Amino acid sequence: MAEITYREALRHAMAEEIERDENVVLLGEEVAEYDGAYKVTEGLWKRFGDKRVADTPISEAAFIGMGVGASMLGLRPVMELMFWSFSSVAWDQIVNNAGFVRYMSGGLINCPIVIRGPANGGTNVGATHSHTPENWLANVPGIKVVCPATPYDAKGLLKAAIRDNDPVMFMENTLLYGEKGEVPEEEYIIPLGVADVKREGTDVSIIAHGRAVLTALKAAELLQAEHDISAEVLDLRSIRPLDEEAILRTVRKTHRVVLVEENKPFCGVDAQIASIIAEKCFDDLDAPILRLSAIDAPAIYSPELERRQLPRPTDVVEKVLSICR
Amino acid sequence: METLKTCEFASAPINEALTPADKIRLLKEMLRIRRFEQAALRAYQGGKMGGFLHLYIGQESVAAGACSLMGPNDHVITAYRDHGHALAVGMNMNECMAELFGKATGCSKGKGGSMHFFAPDKNYWGGHGIVGGQTPLGLGLAYGLKYKGLTGSAMCFMGDGAVNQGCFYESMNMASLWNLPVIYIIENNGYSMGTSLARSSVFKSCLAERAEGFGIEWDTLNGEDVYEVRAKIQVAVDRAHQESRPTVLEIATYRYYGHSVADAKHKVYRSEEEIETYKAQHDPINLWKARLLEERVLNEEQYEAIDDAAKKEASDSVIFAEESPIPSVESITEDVYFEVDRQTAAGRTGRHFFND
Repeated sequence: MAEITYREALRHAMAEEIERDENVVLLGEEVAEYDGAYKVTEGLWKRFGDKRVADTPISEAAFIGMGVGASMLGLRPVMELMFWSFSSVAWDQIVNNAGFVRYMSGGLINCPIVIRGPANGGTNVGATHSHTPENWLANVPGIKVVCPATPYDAKGLLKAAIRDNDPVMFMENTLLYGEKGEVPEEEYIIPLGVADVKREGTDVSIIAHGRAVLTALKAAELLQAEHDISAEVLDLRSIRPLDEEAILRTVRKTHRVVLVEENKPFCGVDAQIASIIAEKCFDDLDAPILRLSAIDAPAIYSPELERRQLPRPTDVVEKVLSICR
Repeated sequence: METLKTCEFASAPINEALTPADKIRLLKEMLRIRRFEQAALRAYQGGKMGGFLHLYIGQESVAAGACSLMGPNDHVITAYRDHGHALAVGMNMNECMAELFGKATGCSKGKGGSMHFFAPDKNYWGGHGIVGGQTPLGLGLAYGLKYKGLTGSAMCFMGDGAVNQGCFYESMNMASLWNLPVIYIIENNGYSMGTSLARSSVFKSCLAERAEGFGIEWDTLNGEDVYEVRAKIQVAVDRAHQESRPTVLEIATYRYYGHSVADAKHKVYRSEEEIETYKAQHDPINLWKARLLEERVLNEEQYEAIDDAAKKEASDSVIFAEESPIPSVESITEDVYFEVDRQTAAGRTGRHFFND
């Protein structure tokens, strides 16, 4: 199986969907002639032309809203936000219009839009460019949220997101764009709402999403090598819909759980996960549910400190050891 | 009734093409809007509905005139003062009144309320609550039409209070840059809630002139006259159809009631005299009626019959709404996700709702 980057996997997913469905169109800042600010859409404009891949002005509210309006007419716009941080200026369009138009119309309208782009800290660009709004958006009924961690998942989930008939917020990570992984040549789809056990284990479950999955996997290696602890790593992949069964299954198997995310702790995704675990498998737990999130401050610029602000493998190890000794 | 001014727009081709029946239909549409809203106001005051009720009374000629120009690929979207446009595109009073009452038979099954009426089968895309928030959606409808290769337009209505929202400027820029057939129709009723135009907006000659900076054609018109509304909007529709170019129109109009029924100060920030003068001299229904009487396509008896029918339709819709069932508690989580509603494979995968 060929190894390709996360960035290429996303690109292949979009190219395949453009070819498959004439209603799929890519819109966003620098996605066409510039080949993508992060080169995710590289070559697509040359290949598919102005109609299918178009550069928008720096007007997130207008172009996201435009995509929403076009999706009501049956188009399947795939909108790139150069950073998910910029969603703040399009918030009304995303939440009120994409998120609620189906509800407020009593189900007469649906909005098959995908809004995608990187949502991560860790690149020393300061607080304004480092938002991780998966929890904000997962709080909105009507919206779906996906956070792929690997090239394989990125491709399969993006194809599912484009074919989905509800608005899907697809959150990537600039630090993952260059990561390589095996991706099959033949077509595949990964349904939204299905988590994935990235590593089997028996002593503790580490549940994560996005780049924190890679952190968790590194931690699991350290735990095995240095502490003889067998950690299972569950990648949520999709935040809403959420694979609750997979969460409960791994906790019932290992009886200990550490939740890891690069988001801030207050009402983060893991707060919801912790609540579900506490409610549904309290008696299976042999230790308190622990959470490891970004240090609770706006994303700091200082490169050395930002590395510390986000969960590191050693931080995960420390958390695990606190309940596995 | 003052003497009618000669209307130069009566001879516009789009108005010349009107049959007597068409002209009477326009009167009927305006009367239906007014009688519907008057019935809604009584029900609101009787505690039959919650939330806001933004009445369109006084502005009926705009929605009725504009929507009478719609062809198969012409679409309409508006803000929260949306009852008039809804009825003008052909929604029926029952579904609209039931929506105000929050009933299961409402056009949005009681999930949208006054500000959120929709009828996509009639090219009517709402009914949007956030001021100016519909302007990018109107852009998107126009983009969608162009993408699909259809000859059409998106009429995006907005109030004068919406012109100072940023997304409207972003949308005008993109509309002009991408040659999109969107028509922004500013219904200038003089007040953005309680703040008069003079206290909320700077402009040279008018609000629509702001389009000049985007290279967009613009025009102003007097909304009290149906002929003028139709003639000038048709110019914009033609431009959309033939050149795929946007237009910004500003229509002078007036609302008789407050921003919403909850606007207790609407006789504080403007004078009683101002309201009465408009009603007496500029009422679009009275003016259209006088026009049709003068043209001898209507007589008083016919007028009374049309008005009575509109009143009866409105009062029947109140009965319909009263007698309709309230939606079930289970329905609260319906119409959230398409895939869940349809129980598709995607809708059956993973957890979508998080109670219990």
